[in-house]
Amino acid sequence: MPRDTGDTLEVSIWRGGQDGAYQSYSVPSRDSQTVLDVVTYVQRYIDPTLTYRFACRVGMCGSCAMTVNGRPRWTCRTHVSKVSKGGNLKIAPLSNLPVIKDLAADMRPFFEKWQEAKGVFEPTKTRHDPVEAIRPNEPARVAADEGIECINCGVCYAGCDTVRWNADYLGPAALNRAWTLMNDRRDSGQSQRLAAISTDGGCHACHSHQSCQEFCPQSLNPTGSIAQLKRLATKAYLRGEIGS
Amino acid sequence: MNVRLYVWQRGTAALMAPLVLIHLAVMFYATRQGLTAADILGRTRGSIAWALFYGTFVAASAIHAGIGVRGILVEWAPIRPRAAELTAIVFGLLLCALGIRAVYAVVSG
Amino acid sequence: MGHRLSGIALAVFLPLHFLALALSLEAVRFEAFLRWTDVPVVKLAEAGLVFALAVHFLGGLRILFVENFEWRSNQLRVATAAGGVAAMVGFAFLLRVL
Repeated sequence: MPRDTGDTLEVSIWRGGQDGAYQSYSVPSRDSQTVLDVVTYVQRYIDPTLTYRFACRVGMCGSCAMTVNGRPRWTCRTHVSKVSKGGNLKIAPLSNLPVIKDLAADMRPFFEKWQEAKGVFEPTKTRHDPVEAIRPNEPARVAADEGIECINCGVCYAGCDTVRWNADYLGPAALNRAWTLMNDRRDSGQSQRLAAISTDGGCHACHSHQSCQEFCPQSLNPTGSIAQLKRLATKAYLRGEIGS
Repeated sequence: MNVRLYVWQRGTAALMAPLVLIHLAVMFYATRQGLTAADILGRTRGSIAWALFYGTFVAASAIHAGIGVRGILVEWAPIRPRAAELTAIVFGLLLCALGIRAVYAVVSG
Repeated sequence: MGHRLSGIALAVFLPLHFLALALSLEAVRFEAFLRWTDVPVVKLAEAGLVFALAVHFLGGLRILFVENFEWRSNQLRVATAAGGVAAMVGFAFLLRVL
């Protein structure tokens, strides 16, 4: 275990459901300590009823995102030394989502919108067909590459102003996913997807505030994906291929 | 905002970008030259060019502001989307009517 | 946010602007209106509107660029610069009319 630095962190953590409140805890400060380490310490040594979500601890699974000092972050890869303000940490569940309990947000709206944006691959072939050859330098493949490392952590969704203001808005992650699929020529759901992301809560509702791009722990650029979806859908609309 | 409203909103925005620059330039020109209201009206009255310029500007701004107000009401006001839509349409039409009346006032006579 | 607030300011101002222009058809009331606009407070408000127009114009250009061109970094710096330019335009107008 990394050594104690001898200092103490003052951590306030959201407890309860939607109408809960912050509660304070003192946690020993350690070298290379992550925010997830802090939450784990509280559950193991102070209050075993603390609820939170995590799995891989190495930034792959996307399950440990929380609001840390007002900003959504992946807690397993966020060092306390980078984000604490004078030894203070304020940890809450992700915003823009219902709270289940403590630090666990209800991710259902996030994944339902993923479905609504037709973020599901629609195959054109069966297992009996030969594998389609897609060269790594094809423009569409390059465009898809820029967006496919999403880990579904919900950080962009929690940090998005448009999601906060517009309950119908599909959000950065779902639209980014839709953009990667629009660049997959093995997919057969292109026109339904384009129609789905051109409705009132679709890509055109985005204000280009670029918070998603700023907050994405994977350094993706959902604003860029959404901008390209806007152009694609606008062209299709002007050609009369989709209604409004 | 759906794709139809988006096309109109960004379309009018792109159209108005040069118009706004000209409008700002006109304001600075008029104040620099110390033109009085009578001087300005003397130049605009009977001018088809000014009528076309500000007529286009008024129409584009009414559409643009109408869609903008709709978005703000939907996102910020505690009213139903349908009510926001109606309010925005009324606002856009009002703006258009007042604007056309204003253009008529400064170019006619 | 600045884009939205400046948009609201312009949306509130435009109907009044149009009403005032339409007054030019009635010489007497128009003269009275022009005398009213001679007050420094009104001139300050006018400069504020020029500022709002400049903010909204530059913010709108930013959106059109972000959406239509491959130009997506350094946004904060550009937004700050746009705010600065808008402030200068508004201030220049204020100096003119005072």
